[in-house]
Amino acid sequence: MSTTMNRVLPEGLPVPAQDGLAKPYWEGTRQGRLVIQKCRGCGKYQWGPEWICHRCHSFDLGWEEVAPKGRIWSWQRPHHPVHGALNGHTPYTIVLVELPHADSVRMVGNLLCGPTDKVVIGAKVEAVFEPHDEADPPYTLVQWRVQEG
Amino acid sequence: MTERTLRGKVAIAGIGETTYYKHGQSPDAEFKLALQAILAACKDAGIDPRDVDGFASYGDDRSDGPRLAAALGIKELRFSNMHWGGGGGGVAASVANAAAAVHSGMANCVIAFRSLAQGQFARYGRSRTGAAAMGDDAFLAPYGLMSPAQRFAMKITRFMTDNGIRHEALRAIAMASYHHAQNNPNAVMRGRPLTAEKYEASRWIIEPFHRLFDCCQENDGAGAVLVVPADHAKDLPHKPVYLLGAAQGGHHRSAAPVHNAPDYASAHFKTVAKNMWDMARLGPKDCDVVQAYENFTGGVLLSLVEHGFVDPKTANEQLVLENLLVSGGKMPMNTSGGNLAECYMHGLEMVNEAVRQLRGTAINQVAGANVVAVLGGPMVTPVSSLVVGTEAAL
Repeated sequence: MSTTMNRVLPEGLPVPAQDGLAKPYWEGTRQGRLVIQKCRGCGKYQWGPEWICHRCHSFDLGWEEVAPKGRIWSWQRPHHPVHGALNGHTPYTIVLVELPHADSVRMVGNLLCGPTDKVVIGAKVEAVFEPHDEADPPYTLVQWRVQEG
Repeated sequence: MTERTLRGKVAIAGIGETTYYKHGQSPDAEFKLALQAILAACKDAGIDPRDVDGFASYGDDRSDGPRLAAALGIKELRFSNMHWGGGGGGVAASVANAAAAVHSGMANCVIAFRSLAQGQFARYGRSRTGAAAMGDDAFLAPYGLMSPAQRFAMKITRFMTDNGIRHEALRAIAMASYHHAQNNPNAVMRGRPLTAEKYEASRWIIEPFHRLFDCCQENDGAGAVLVVPADHAKDLPHKPVYLLGAAQGGHHRSAAPVHNAPDYASAHFKTVAKNMWDMARLGPKDCDVVQAYENFTGGVLLSLVEHGFVDPKTANEQLVLENLLVSGGKMPMNTSGGNLAECYMHGLEMVNEAVRQLRGTAINQVAGANVVAVLGGPMVTPVSSLVVGTEAAL
């Protein structure tokens, strides 16, 4: 796991709102930790954040750090720039990453790879924290790269 | 207890549509387009528009029912209904909601419609700049995942990879719509046929399964159908087109946030399709024609699979152009050009085409069509689909 890197996508894309329900997640990423919702009622993880546990209906949802590793569940490589900031910066690769050790929740991020690199469903990946320190407020995105070995 | 069903209880008595325009080309305001389509449906049904007593729509249609009722001088508004969900997921649901209102006695004569002049509002495939990404989007937009195509692409990647389905299967879906549009004077892509070479040469929107021609266009226009009780339909000018089955919704947590639906690589029709066929007491083999909403061709594949029209194991053999054409195809599909090539009227144009096929008045007519399925917008949630038939299908 690394905390320094070049950014995957250019500046100017929408920045994440870090308030409300998801606040603990964003606070975790600033510290290089992957923190997601875990129900104190039934002990299961869920993602994205919600006010209630969809399994046991407890409102007592805590947050817990999970190992920032997973495997690629699916992927896409956009070529069409869907936002002005992306003009001249396509293609890039988006992955859907499953966390098998956290009740198989899935997270979306970019895969650190070249524009023609083959992407393999099932490949093991690890998180790379991408800080945006100059933003106001600062935030950190969670990106992914294929795990060595 | 009497059977709870809409099968044979209501009919589509009238259809209407405006001229279909390319994005931003409509000379008329969106609300005026809605009025034109509604008046056309009433005229087709031989019903005074003032006798309409309800409106049902979907996709957050901006032409709201109460305003339509006021503009048209409706005598009494008895049903005013908006179906949750974006895009065309609710196309069949709007007809079903109108049908439920009519069958239950809440209303007598309900218009289901869609009006859309996207050119007068925001652009699909281009996100607005500036604002912070809220809610679900906070976990998506900063990674460059913003457009409808991107929201669905990873479902398609996974399903096609798992099942070994080739991109050529999607090419056939696109080419069938374009082929049928060439005879249709109201199709926006008339005069612009799609060859395999043109498809293969088109630019990538998203690898690995979205070339330009796999994606819907944007259009301006409106479409409407008039729904009445079956008994009433018998007294009207056209051969009644009966609703045989309809369903809407989604399977377990299909709307789970941040791409976490447990059954993710899906168009979300698995329970909906079963409910529709159960109500209709029919199955895919009973259908003479299929209208399958194309937002993206991969979604059509998923939709056809989940409604039982296509077996994933044989999809590569089944989804070839000649099999999808009115002339000689085993599964004629999107016979007026569909969303891709007639008009992206969020599927309402497909309901109109289903009615024409059953009246025997379609431009690309399937001989003796008695049962037509309309599969609404796939991969969103809720989704909806319906099946309609002639009197012979009752």
